[in-house]
Amino acid sequence: MTVLQEFEKHPLAKYLRLERFPHIWCEGCGDGIILNCFVKALDDLGINMDKLVVVSGIGCIGRIAGYIKCDSFHTTHGRPIALATGIKLANPKLTIAVISGDGDLFAIGGNHFIHAARRNVDMTVICSNNFNYGMTGGQFGPTTPLDSYTTTTPYGNIEHPFNLVHLAAAAGAVYVARWTALHVKRLTESIKKALQKKGFKFIEVISPCPEIYGRRNKLGKAIDTMKRYRQICEIRHGYDPAKAEITIEKIIVGEFIDIEKPTYGELLQKQFLTIQKR
Amino acid sequence: MTMHREVLTGKHLMQGDIACAEGAIAAGCKFFAGYPITPATEITERMARRMIEVDGMFVQMEDELASMAAIIGASWAGAKAMTATSGPGFSLMQENIGLAVMTETPCVVVNIMRGAPSTGLPTEGAQQDVMQCKWGSHGDYEIIALAPASVQEMFDLTIECFNFAETYRAPTFLLADGFTGHLWERVVIPSREEIKTVERKKPIVPADKYVPFKPDEDLVPPMACFGEGYRVHVTGLTHDELGYPKTTDPKIQHELVNRLCEKIRKNSDKIIRTYKFMLEDADVAVIAYGIPSRSSLNAVKRAREAGIKAGLLRLITVWPFPEKQVEELSNHVKAIVVPEMNCGQVVREVERVAKETPVHFSSKIGGEPHSPSEIFEVIRRAAKA
Ligand SMILES: Cc1ncc(C[n+]2csc(CCOP(=O)(O)OP(=O)(O)O)c2C)c(N)n1
Ligand code: SF4
Ligand SMILES: [Mg+2]
Repeated sequence: MTVLQEFEKHPLAKYLRLERFPHIWCEGCGDGIILNCFVKALDDLGINMDKLVVVSGIGCIGRIAGYIKCDSFHTTHGRPIALATGIKLANPKLTIAVISGDGDLFAIGGNHFIHAARRNVDMTVICSNNFNYGMTGGQFGPTTPLDSYTTTTPYGNIEHPFNLVHLAAAAGAVYVARWTALHVKRLTESIKKALQKKGFKFIEVISPCPEIYGRRNKLGKAIDTMKRYRQICEIRHGYDPAKAEITIEKIIVGEFIDIEKPTYGELLQKQFLTIQKR
Repeated sequence: MTMHREVLTGKHLMQGDIACAEGAIAAGCKFFAGYPITPATEITERMARRMIEVDGMFVQMEDELASMAAIIGASWAGAKAMTATSGPGFSLMQENIGLAVMTETPCVVVNIMRGAPSTGLPTEGAQQDVMQCKWGSHGDYEIIALAPASVQEMFDLTIECFNFAETYRAPTFLLADGFTGHLWERVVIPSREEIKTVERKKPIVPADKYVPFKPDEDLVPPMACFGEGYRVHVTGLTHDELGYPKTTDPKIQHELVNRLCEKIRKNSDKIIRTYKFMLEDADVAVIAYGIPSRSSLNAVKRAREAGIKAGLLRLITVWPFPEKQVEELSNHVKAIVVPEMNCGQVVREVERVAKETPVHFSSKIGGEPHSPSEIFEVIRRAAKA
């Protein structure tokens, strides 16, 4: 039996573009876990794959759009949310998931993130936060911890990182959660919840990049990073996202925000009905 | 509202920008994303009011990077989509214009050109972005750009832009100068039946047989949109006919990039529109587009009165460049005059094609358009030389 035939027997295989495998990710990379959790969530929910659109930017995680068997768009660096806004508003019947990196969503694309959250456009945004720009060989980014080493912080990082869950909450996201690649079940449940909820939803996934970030900062193998997650993660649902800064000693994970607020689409529909009556 | 909310049939006194917005609606535009900028703001404002009346979607984005990205997304969700801007915003759109080229996304980008570089002359018209329109995004590609010279054409050519965008699956540009955008003139809007509109070609095969980027004979692939069950993958990376990234095979890059160029070049006869005035016996031909073509028409008439055999070739299509038309003309005139509101952009194309025929350039770089007498003087000099 060929590897592909073996693959085909997997219960989640029907959600993937198998002909595109093996994927590009390194051994031990967290991005494969995100893909796994995402398609598991689709399966659990029985999502109509003809009405799902996955949009990604550029980066290692950005390749995810091309592996899922639905309509998908691998956009320009930083622009997946803006492009996804166009898709969602032009066809409100579609379910939109944006899956991209910390650099893509919060450096080059940071403006689109805060404005889509503010507008409350209906989409689920999942960020693979590996604390660096993996694709381009490991430069620092907006989530790189202070003092970390990357190719562009050879003497240690002197920039303060974003606390993404705080940022998302402040910008207006109706659902904000953080997990790590270790929390497979909880992450899957979180994705399911987000996909079913209306509005702008944000899930941060702390994801090991053993080949580049891990190596440069002497974090050991992926398995060592996973062990560390187990030691330092603390699940605190409803915790104040402002206080959930990631430190070397502690990563607070859980659901921080889960609120209701009219979406852009709903407000527009209301306006539309009044104007049509005139 | 009237019965035909999409088409405001009748005679109107209208501003160029507003006529552009109405042209878009008449063409079937259902999605507009924009960010305000002089002298294109009136288009965005008109669309904010009008889109909702015609079951369309208006969104003011956070910047022009986002506006361009949003219309690409909307187009893939099945809507005819447009954005409008001016120089600074046009610069911000360039990367995603390349994405639209690479992903063969039908969309219309309006650039109401103002004086530049940088923030330049916000309220004054210019034609300084013509080369940027052709070459502004990185890489080799072909696009379509039309240059209106009246408010009527702001309406008519916007429709034409949509029709070209849908036919060739390429970003298509309405490249107007700020003077035409802000001009108030009479516009005649025909009945809905009289307006020819084009819809993108759809696949005729079921999803399992569909090859998303496999072209037909016209070099344009049929387009399945999101939500239609075809499960298409779209990427700005070099891709094969299935749409999958193929970044290590030079043959795929060669085939794809050449086809993207050829689908416009091979169809250029169908895309190129020009207007000819008194060229049959002309010794001196003026080649102009946009607002300088209006002063040129007047200057040509004056030249004729003064006994100079002058004529006008007005370029309605600027890109792809009307090479054949300019070449033919250069073979039977003694001199060519090119007035432009820049330091010399289209004139370079004219010189390239006209070869030995002397080309006289008349430059205005914003602030005011050419006067007819300025162009007349150049015609007179050209006739003597
Ligand atoms: C406009 C632009 N600038 C720079 C790049 C190069 N680039 C590609 S991916 C990337 C960073 C990706 O980092 P991130 O989003 O965190 O994804 P990761 O690779 O870490 O998964 C950069 C800088 C690009 N493709 N486009
Ligand atoms: S470089 Fe890092 S993020 Fe990219 S695939 Fe390898 S491990 Fe994953
Ligand atoms: Mg990253």
